[in-house]
Amino acid sequence: MVFLDRQLAGAYGSAEGLYDRAPFIQGVEEQGPQSSKTPAQTYRAALQALDQYCREGRESGIPRGKRFAELAPEEQDEVLHGLEGGTVHLSEVDGKQFFTTLLKDMQDGFFADPIYGGNRDMCAWKMIGFPGARYDYRDWVSRHNERYPLPPVSIAGRADWTPGKR
Amino acid sequence: MARRLPHKDVAIVGLGWTGSILANELTDAGLEVMAIERGPWRAAATDFPPNYNQDELRYRIRHELFLQPSQTTFTFRNKMSERALPIRTWGAFMPPNGVGGGGVHWNAETWRFLPTDFALRTHLTKRYGAHFLPADMTIQDWGVTYAELEPHYDRFEYLCGTCGQAGNLQGKILEGGNPFEGPRSRPYPNPPQTQPFSHTLFAQAARQLGYKPFPQPSGNLSQAYRNPLGVRQGPCSYCGFCEWFGCGNYSKASPQTTILPVLVRKTNFTARDRCEVTRINVDASGRRATGVTFVDTSGQEWEQPADLVLLCAYTIFNVQLLMLSNIGQPYDPVSNRGVIGRNFTHQTISDVVSFFDPKKFIFNPFIASGAIGMCIDEFNGDNFDHGPHGFVGGGYMGQVQTNGRPIETTPVPPGTPKWGAKWKQAVKESYLSTTKPGTGVHGSMYSYRDVYLDLDPTYKDRFDRPLVRITMDFHENELKQNRFLTDRFAEIFQAMGARQMDKQYRRAPYDITDYQTTHLCGGAIMGTDPKTSALNRYLQSWDVPNLFVIGASAFPQNAGYNPTGTVAALAYWSAEAIRTRYLKSPGPLVHT
Repeated sequence: MVFLDRQLAGAYGSAEGLYDRAPFIQGVEEQGPQSSKTPAQTYRAALQALDQYCREGRESGIPRGKRFAELAPEEQDEVLHGLEGGTVHLSEVDGKQFFTTLLKDMQDGFFADPIYGGNRDMCAWKMIGFPGARYDYRDWVSRHNERYPLPPVSIAGRADWTPGKR
Repeated sequence: MARRLPHKDVAIVGLGWTGSILANELTDAGLEVMAIERGPWRAAATDFPPNYNQDELRYRIRHELFLQPSQTTFTFRNKMSERALPIRTWGAFMPPNGVGGGGVHWNAETWRFLPTDFALRTHLTKRYGAHFLPADMTIQDWGVTYAELEPHYDRFEYLCGTCGQAGNLQGKILEGGNPFEGPRSRPYPNPPQTQPFSHTLFAQAARQLGYKPFPQPSGNLSQAYRNPLGVRQGPCSYCGFCEWFGCGNYSKASPQTTILPVLVRKTNFTARDRCEVTRINVDASGRRATGVTFVDTSGQEWEQPADLVLLCAYTIFNVQLLMLSNIGQPYDPVSNRGVIGRNFTHQTISDVVSFFDPKKFIFNPFIASGAIGMCIDEFNGDNFDHGPHGFVGGGYMGQVQTNGRPIETTPVPPGTPKWGAKWKQAVKESYLSTTKPGTGVHGSMYSYRDVYLDLDPTYKDRFDRPLVRITMDFHENELKQNRFLTDRFAEIFQAMGARQMDKQYRRAPYDITDYQTTHLCGGAIMGTDPKTSALNRYLQSWDVPNLFVIGASAFPQNAGYNPTGTVAALAYWSAEAIRTRYLKSPGPLVHT
């Protein structure tokens, strides 16, 4: 979440560097995104629409009376699957497109260097066995089919490099 | 109002590989050279140092080193009947920005084209008959031969310190190299890089199937090297943060690590960075360039007068400048007349992702370089009989996996949920025992009548100039080629012991959101006939003899290889013609 907040507050969120001239016309999927909304605007609109959907349950006919965050985990999963599959329709927001963006952003944060706020203590890297920001594998390139034994390193180093930290 | 600068002998637009090569050659000839680069200055030591370069989010996902569409972009449509829309964020390709150009972030895969690639129409017609080619395929001969370019390929490889194993040394086929390559006059300057585990296994499986695998020619150095200009590089450390990233380790060939240290010390060379050339100026006759106009970061317009103008920008920008400067007749696909914008191509790429038993295979995908890999060339060009297959063209294929960077390279078997506990479990299980080559099948894309560039009628850049419009879609020939190649590729992973494979064929329609290399080619092509080409065989404009247009924009069609080696060879070939013939007697080098 920290990762996403920071990203949306920064260049990514404001669509800095993207071509933002009019006219904005929806084309075919192969022509790429054509929205005039920035990612930050899209998230705000989508999260509002998502809460509205959960409260009023318009499409499913099941008003849940609660915001997304207040739903039980299984109900949250059901809504997420619905967004992913395109069966949950949000008001004024493409739910399926939003889910794709959300998933990508979550995975970016999960696997990015911890300096960005996600992947705390390099947990994602430890999970898969990725050594992180290490640079010199010359002694290892010929060691075939051997597990690389060293723990991951971030651009900011490792927690146990800080003196006095336990 | 444009302010006029003092005269220079040569104005070069763009300071990437070709700009750097031409600037160095022509300053050596004693000329006053001005290079004008749209992007920023970049230096290996300060811009991509090894203490923070390993940042996948910053360089691979947010593309910090690349051109920003807000500065300029293109519009895109599949067919002429559709409306083109702007590419608001890059996807299918990613143009570079800054001094060094694509040479900063490239993989450093350094190939030569085949001898038959240069006389493609003649060769294919002779072997298969004219009826075998689709009626709307517009492939052409280049007007230059492999033999003529060989010394220039050699020159680039020795400039870079390219690492490889020769396959054809002056006609003698050598074991361990590419038996299909054109004859080379001498071995590579450096031995091949050491291959990691999965790349080695791939080669073993390929050999078992009767193929002749060889190491991919690499501009990531296998050992310390000093090039003929005296510039030094160090050995690559297989960091796995190569393509998309700069190399602060001085072990990837780039203009910064091969030419610029020498070039910038010359008193007859000047470079202006962060200055965008907006047009080539021509005199009243329309047949003589008088220089270029550019805009600096304050918005001030400048005029740089010059006797010789070299367009050395990225493919589409070379073409755009010709269009905006009214040089050459724009191509019209309906009447099939005109030359500027015709024969535009990309690459036909696909991949096979293969899952192995994690108890038996530990691939350590993070140990790699940008040009690592074991490849086979049996299915490239016309290296095999296409008669039974009903298509032409082909490509190399190989386990050329360059990384295990987790945002990009955490494959899961098909059918795995895209999130949640099952996804995490699959990622964990697969990460160390999966092969994901990336551009595993690197196929050609031949040229067609309805695939071309022109100016967009609606969308403009920050100077209110029309953006270039790309009209591009796949044709059945390339889709057939890709199905055949991808199936052959998968067989090798099967032989390696894969327990599950995900064959990711290339499908139509052409998708601007899906990355397929930045190997855009054509639009200002070389040839022997001014009616069907923009340039003669020396890359000199047929229309404006004191203008040369250097780059992949000159390719009449794209072959089944990465283009940079051929781009650089053409740059040296053109430079030689300028130095030995043009400067002595300025004017057209070819008379028709």
